[in-house]
Amino acid sequence: VCFIPGGLDCSVSFVSHVLGKVCVHGRQKEILGVLVPHLTDLTKSDCIWQRICWRLVECVPDRWMEAVVLGFVQGAPGADVLSRLLGNLVVKNKKAQFVVTQKMLLLQYGHTTAVLQNLLGYLSLDSLRRTLLLRVLQELLETWSSSSAVKHSPAEQQLYISKAILICLSHLKEPEIESCRQELLTSMMEGVKCHLDSSLPQLRRLGMVVAESISLKINSEGPVLKFEYEEDDETRELKSLLVQTPPFCVVPSLPDDDRSEKAGAALLLVPESNEKPHTVALVMPDEEMDAELDSDDDLTPYDMSEDKELKIRAPVYIRDCIEVLTGSRSEDVDKWEATVKALESLVRKNPAATREVSVELAKILLHLEEKICIEGFVELRQRAQVAVLTTDPIPVAKYLTSQFYSLNYSLRQRMDILDVLVLAAQELSCPKFHGKIKHSGAQKPCIQLLPGSDSSKDWRRIVDERIKSKTRRFDMGQSHVELASRPNEFNSVAGHFFFPLIQHFDRPLTTFDLLGEDHLVLGRLVHTLAILMYLAVNTVAVTAMGKALLEFVWALRFHTDSYVRQGLLSCISSLLLSVPMERILADMTEELLETQSWLGDVMEKDPDGDCRRLALQNLLLMENLKKKLEAVPS
Amino acid sequence: MALPPLDPQFVLRGTSAAVHTLHFSCGSPEPDIPLLFSGSENGFIHVWNLKTRRVDTALDGHGRKSVYCVETMGGKDRLLSQGRDQRICLWDLAEGRTSVTDSVFTEHVGFCRCSLLKVAQGRWLMAMAARSLEEVQILELPSKTSVCTLKPEVGAKLGMPMCLKLWQLSCDSQPVLLAGYEDGSVVLWNVSMGKALSQLICHQEPVMSLDFDAEKAKGISGSSEKVLSIWSLNEQQNLQVYKTHKLVNAGISDITIRPDKKILATAGWDHRIRIFGWKKLKPLAVLDYHTATVHCVSFSDHSTPRERLLAAGSRDQRISVWSIYAQT
Repeated sequence: VCFIPGGLDCSVSFVSHVLGKVCVHGRQKEILGVLVPHLTDLTKSDCIWQRICWRLVECVPDRWMEAVVLGFVQGAPGADVLSRLLGNLVVKNKKAQFVVTQKMLLLQYGHTTAVLQNLLGYLSLDSLRRTLLLRVLQELLETWSSSSAVKHSPAEQQLYISKAILICLSHLKEPEIESCRQELLTSMMEGVKCHLDSSLPQLRRLGMVVAESISLKINSEGPVLKFEYEEDDETRELKSLLVQTPPFCVVPSLPDDDRSEKAGAALLLVPESNEKPHTVALVMPDEEMDAELDSDDDLTPYDMSEDKELKIRAPVYIRDCIEVLTGSRSEDVDKWEATVKALESLVRKNPAATREVSVELAKILLHLEEKICIEGFVELRQRAQVAVLTTDPIPVAKYLTSQFYSLNYSLRQRMDILDVLVLAAQELSCPKFHGKIKHSGAQKPCIQLLPGSDSSKDWRRIVDERIKSKTRRFDMGQSHVELASRPNEFNSVAGHFFFPLIQHFDRPLTTFDLLGEDHLVLGRLVHTLAILMYLAVNTVAVTAMGKALLEFVWALRFHTDSYVRQGLLSCISSLLLSVPMERILADMTEELLETQSWLGDVMEKDPDGDCRRLALQNLLLMENLKKKLEAVPS
Repeated sequence: MALPPLDPQFVLRGTSAAVHTLHFSCGSPEPDIPLLFSGSENGFIHVWNLKTRRVDTALDGHGRKSVYCVETMGGKDRLLSQGRDQRICLWDLAEGRTSVTDSVFTEHVGFCRCSLLKVAQGRWLMAMAARSLEEVQILELPSKTSVCTLKPEVGAKLGMPMCLKLWQLSCDSQPVLLAGYEDGSVVLWNVSMGKALSQLICHQEPVMSLDFDAEKAKGISGSSEKVLSIWSLNEQQNLQVYKTHKLVNAGISDITIRPDKKILATAGWDHRIRIFGWKKLKPLAVLDYHTATVHCVSFSDHSTPRERLLAAGSRDQRISVWSIYAQT
């Protein structure tokens, strides 16, 4: 587009109309793909072209403004370019302001991080617009710290808002932070509480990262908030947003950079110089020593072959182990440590002896606390518990499930009980010899249920693979791998693991209310039941278990916690995979139909993406299985 | 060709408590009886007759609190003992007496053994850990006057002093103190001026025990970790690490160098006593007799070399006495 300067009064409103119409018809990319680069070049140094551009966008009618602004924000290569192109449009035009400050940030969440950077950078570049930036930050923080938003909005939206908050923070200057320090602090406290309450680890991490960043900004000198969490790509990306590298104001800050670089280099040099004398001192005496005559050769050494590392021996009998573990003598800590380490193998080698004292041993292990610091204590204890449970399943399962619903246990202990039950069930139901994993045709990936792991993630993976393998197997016929067969040890005990857990979930105790505050444990319980159901395939009790599980799922299907809902959907998957389809259709017809309609509902309306996906998978699975049943001649 | 493992020459039983400290007094010629003093956890100091191998006297001066240091002051008639009752007692044992002539109230609640050095006839310097956490006090005995207090600088974070050794190069030179601290460092102090000459970080864990060879200006320290650290003192009075020796099992309670500077013995938490050659720290023997932590080792001061003995006291309430490398 050529322009002849010289006082020609020109109206660009026609062009604005054309632009608006094209954009609203969805052709933003095409037209702006051509327009924006040209305008970028032209407006780089030419003020007149800048004004023309501003006039262009200002004249776009309101009904098309949203599409145009959206297009520009998405198409601009950087915040400074956007600033040149749009000018103070957001201040002058109400519709543009709404789109930029409300719609794109709070009502939509599909935009990329680059778009967010553009948008928020644009707001920060002019003093008139900075007030908008602060307002935007306040509103974002309000959403971030609202507990209902944390509970009900999808994880992707929460990630988006967190990113926006971090980018806003990176743009704030000291005086602005001063002025809103108190509000930042209040929002941070409220927000971090809601986030930590969530059952989904991703949300908890998001909350932690954002809270750390806010604390860093408001307390730059004093102690800052620091959480412990595993770093992953998401957290690293989030943290990188907090640092802005302004591209065009490099020059004034160069001297500062130089100084800080030098200081850094000086710091590095100092420790090095300290170390050198030591190394020098070490080298020389060695050389000297070699030259000296050795009069020590006169002294003949004695036989020192017996001199080995001192090993504290663990007890060899189970009852001795019990004595050591319950003993109050604080002196024998070495023996205690050795016992804890040796217990699992002892239990497995002496099943008869273990059966005599199984419940007592289970009780001791459940209450065993780390007397002295041992590496891997939690894992050692868990493995010992699993060993005891698999050696004598029925009494120990009875004990553990009753303790799950008893008073005065911590949440951690209750979840430990669930983990132990699952691991033991897996061991009992797996057609492999203990210690050696034979890769069977139906792959069963290891379920990691140690504390801190994300069992919902693994569960998804397991269900996916199982669904894939199951569907494939029907199509291809029998798998060719012949497995060494063993009686299914889980068959006789599946009911003992399953039914006591499902029985009392709706009876609150003083210290434990599954349906109330302790929804984290409820989530874990639901996932545990799903796994137990899945492992109960080919057992006699599977149909009864299925029926009970369906009722359980039905009662809890509207639970507000998405982790619980994911668990419920996993229960349905396990049910469909484990209970033979004939039995489902025969005994649970109405329930199945009701479940189907519920699944459809979830698939369309549930805010959580994982729930929707699981519901869809369940529906597909149901269809597949029904079809296969009809296809096979009875 | 290695010699077969050694057995103790004899074992002294009868303390009925863990043995924490030992000291020989065998220097006087016949007809004086060679003696071994031992301090136990039950507060008794036993005087063992090495001819009859029985207890001659039992001294009770620390109110049944553990005795963790015994030393003779110029002969077997004067004894110094330090106990967990926060006192250092001076005993007069001449002519069969068993009385405490004097005592120093140290107010020290730790386990740091004091160190004695004879500076003149009838005059000793004693270094001991004092009441304040990081301080070492030097007293003159028997007058009990304070010579100086050695305070590390503020912020040094050395922790408690764990072991002390006072020494001087010759009779007329300045006395110096080597102190091992809780943070694993050994500090050389000039006693007369009261300031630190050099500091060396020898270990990552507290220094449990140290000993020093003034002639060769070389010292050795042991800690709760698996490493023995040998360090030397150069002309500028600076400590430098000489070498380190890795042990089979962690933990050393006591180290002592034989008076002829040929061998040294370490008392280990793994119930074993190890003998090394002092020149190159060549492992010579592992003496395996005790069934619990060995708390202390001590070489005798026999004038005849072939009568020399090594004694070790352990938590299993026995004192093992060995004759090792006595011929050299």
